Amino acid sequence: MKRKDFLYLSGMGMGALLLPDLSAFGTPIDPLQALDGVDVKIKKELADVALNAAKSKGATYADIRIGRYLNQFVATREKRVQGVANTESYGVGIRVLANGCWGFAATNNVTKDAIAKAAEQAVAVAKANSKIQGEPVQLAPQKGYGEVSWKTPIEINAFEVPVKEKVDLLLNVNDIAMQNGANFVNSVIFAVNEQKYFASTDGSYIDQDVHRIYPNFNVTRIDRASGQFKTRNSLSSPMGKGYEYMHARPEDKVSGIVTRYKGRYDMLEDVKEAARVASEKIKAKSVEPGKYDLVLDPSHLWLTIHESVGHPTELDRVLGYEANYAGTSFLTLDKWESKKFKFGSDKVNIVADKTQVGSLGAVGYDDEGVKCKKWDLIKDGILVSYQAIRDQAHIIGLTESNGCCYSQGWDDVQFQRMPNVSLQPGKEKLSVDDMIKNVEKGIYIIGDGSFSIDQQRYNFQFGGQIFYEIKEGKIVGMLNDVAYQANTQEFWNSCNAVCDESDYRLGGSFNDGKGQPSQSSAVSHGSSTARFNGVNVINTARKI
Amino acid sequence: MPILTQEQAKALLTKTLSYSKAEQCEINLSGADSGNIRYARNSVSTSGGTSTNSLVVTSAFGKKSGTATINEFDDASLEKVVRRSEELAKLAPENPEFMPFLGPQKYGPESPTFSESTAKMGAKERADAVQASLEQAKANKLTAAGFLSNSAGISALMNSKGLFAYNKYTNVAFNITVKTEDGKGSGYATKGYNDFTKLNAEAATAIAAKKALSSVAARAVEPGKYTVILEPTAVAVMLENLFFDMDARRADEGRSSMSKPGGKTKMGEQLLDERVNIYSDPWHPELPTAVWSGDGRPQEKVNWIEKGIVKNLYASRYWAQKTGIKSIPTPGGAIMQGGTKSLEELIKGTEKGILVTRLWYIRPVDPQTLLLTGLTRDGTFYIENGEIKFPVKNFRFNESPIIMLNNLEELGKSERTVSAESNINYILPPLKIRDFTFTSLSDAI
Repeated sequence: MKRKDFLYLSGMGMGALLLPDLSAFGTPIDPLQALDGVDVKIKKELADVALNAAKSKGATYADIRIGRYLNQFVATREKRVQGVANTESYGVGIRVLANGCWGFAATNNVTKDAIAKAAEQAVAVAKANSKIQGEPVQLAPQKGYGEVSWKTPIEINAFEVPVKEKVDLLLNVNDIAMQNGANFVNSVIFAVNEQKYFASTDGSYIDQDVHRIYPNFNVTRIDRASGQFKTRNSLSSPMGKGYEYMHARPEDKVSGIVTRYKGRYDMLEDVKEAARVASEKIKAKSVEPGKYDLVLDPSHLWLTIHESVGHPTELDRVLGYEANYAGTSFLTLDKWESKKFKFGSDKVNIVADKTQVGSLGAVGYDDEGVKCKKWDLIKDGILVSYQAIRDQAHIIGLTESNGCCYSQGWDDVQFQRMPNVSLQPGKEKLSVDDMIKNVEKGIYIIGDGSFSIDQQRYNFQFGGQIFYEIKEGKIVGMLNDVAYQANTQEFWNSCNAVCDESDYRLGGSFNDGKGQPSQSSAVSHGSSTARFNGVNVINTARKI
Repeated sequence: MPILTQEQAKALLTKTLSYSKAEQCEINLSGADSGNIRYARNSVSTSGGTSTNSLVVTSAFGKKSGTATINEFDDASLEKVVRRSEELAKLAPENPEFMPFLGPQKYGPESPTFSESTAKMGAKERADAVQASLEQAKANKLTAAGFLSNSAGISALMNSKGLFAYNKYTNVAFNITVKTEDGKGSGYATKGYNDFTKLNAEAATAIAAKKALSSVAARAVEPGKYTVILEPTAVAVMLENLFFDMDARRADEGRSSMSKPGGKTKMGEQLLDERVNIYSDPWHPELPTAVWSGDGRPQEKVNWIEKGIVKNLYASRYWAQKTGIKSIPTPGGAIMQGGTKSLEELIKGTEKGILVTRLWYIRPVDPQTLLLTGLTRDGTFYIENGEIKFPVKNFRFNESPIIMLNNLEELGKSERTVSAESNINYILPPLKIRDFTFTSLSDAI
């Protein structure tokens, strides 16, 4: 899904869903059409046309991605269905190396002639650009896998579930919200299916069927007399799952002051609680600014991990390839080379993982034909590695890629994208209740909110959905107007406890943006609840 | 398929519409050729080009509507897409907010949104511009990362009520970040035009280079409230959040910064300093935009803020009808009336202050007050006694554009600028603002 379209559709940050311009996502199709895949034999034949054409024009390497990208959106507000659509985007992207330079061309005309022409065009682009190319591309070797396939292990294909079932669920969600005091509610189910075929001159022919789902809502409570309004978003996570994610089971619920969810999601229960919380927020007291110990729930902490660990460990940012847009990184190569850069406290162990079941980033092979894996980024607080793809591996002394190359569609060139980046649970037994018991003056934050971080990922500010004040080991009430600001390294060094494995949950972003033109990718971040000592909290209330 | 002329578009749409059997039918045609080149570490990194055409057909029966899209233009495909939209309309749930399509509209004269020079741009023109930029950076021993993109396209609309609209446009976008070899200085420039001949990539690179060289060895200054001078691109990322919030429905519903206690809106109220005048004008020679909106409504010159008073809010046709307000679509661009002083003159008249050349990673913190957070980036400087004294380290700010435009000290000359967050082009002045709130320091360069 393309980021700007997603933002448009979900009205992110504006608390409401705009009417979707669904044509922006692809061609609207009948829901049943989404169930037919393209024959692998045909895809292999088309792929060979591209690879042969590229080689014959002088390419030293070529890959082709034949992609069929399906999206389904069901969007509602209050009693009304705003939009239901199935869209498809189908086409071919060809990437080549010629004269040591990358070239790329794409076409939605999936015929042998058009594909051969696109391959030639990609070689021509590479040759033209090689004139202003500084250093030639060095590609880490990659063995061919032959003909292989991979599929997200789903139980129920969301595209097979009737639209009516989804509409009924969402209207029920809205009804519960309104009955429980909400003035407005928007609810949405997004489903994504990427049918991706990759082939390269290395001898790989990889067929993958990737599924993702994202249910969410936003409720607004208004106090007309004072003019105040408060919102609460759903505590769901986008997941690399099928529609089974919507079928709640008791064992997937995390009880506490607010119910949170693990592998399955109870949208009806969450919206009831959200309407209640939004009403409570209207009356909550404004935070006193100062230093607090923060207890961060995984539904919140995923975004802090994403921005302050995920992005700065992207090797292309470290090297300066993103300098003009997203920025670079404070985690410069010398810090990694020293082998003793203290990114965080010794409680901080962070892994990159493209294989985690149920996560948004999980695939069998990345978009340049590398088998996916898991590796350490931060080990006992020390920076030990980055995220690297084939043309970067040599820079950090790797003999093979980390397998984290991705493109949002057939018509965009693939580049280094964040794998799932997750904080490992604490090794010793520790529950959230036990963690809170030891906090004298703190704030317990649930759900993600406002986020902003600088272009080298030093200074950040995060909000949240729900804030509870902790005094002498007890939750004493709800707070408003909370945002915390910190320096990444100081923040992670202030991490003095992480709950055990039993609290581990995934959060994630359905639409992480990077690159020019900007591309979107989906990525999960797991953690257990973690504690950070003495973090600076500001009060965000203003009068206009 | 090449870019269609008005006559060709009309013929294609007329033919497509002839297949319709629905109560109402509306067809949008769009097509664009675009290309881009990206570079970093003084070398080209990626480039690409796309050509797209699509026809979007919406058919309606009563309050049920269905939409289908196609990118093939033979007669059979055209009929197929019309039938498909009719089938989808019959299956769709009733939409109580569905509005009948508009009849013929009177649009103003054509706006100069199209430039032949941009339409002719190809890989060579892009590579030449990038080469000039790279040479400028290398000559100063600097490292450049940049992006150049161009597009040429059309949009056309026809419906069964007799409405027809057509627009042809071109766009060029260029932005560049230049860093010193030691990584201690960084500068940025961004330019947007309809006409490629107006782009001077070398000159834009020189601006970024100057900022990079003069921002080396930045000193830490305590965060707090400061008088700031914001360059137009920094103004853009703050003010566009105000523009995005001028929706009548959200204001009426009580959930925007335009809402008032008791269920009223701020329409007609003195919201900002009385020197603030914000309008949109599709025929502005420096920022021409389409004279009709996506749903066929005419785009006219609209005063949004006049002497600090909220004069208009935009609304969907449904909401305008329901509430009885004027039906005004969201504009294609926004223009803020400036003063006569240059940026240099604003600096000269400042006893103590901070010059902010760019703001970055802007996110809403509180929708009620439109409080935003973000950071300065790529060149921030301390001003004393009318002169730039030294570069300062970057700050995080927490500020609302509404509060900011009440703390207005002075406006400079307006110019076309680009938001580095949304890529939307505006005409905005540099602004001198008192009591701008910086809440912490950042080590980022």
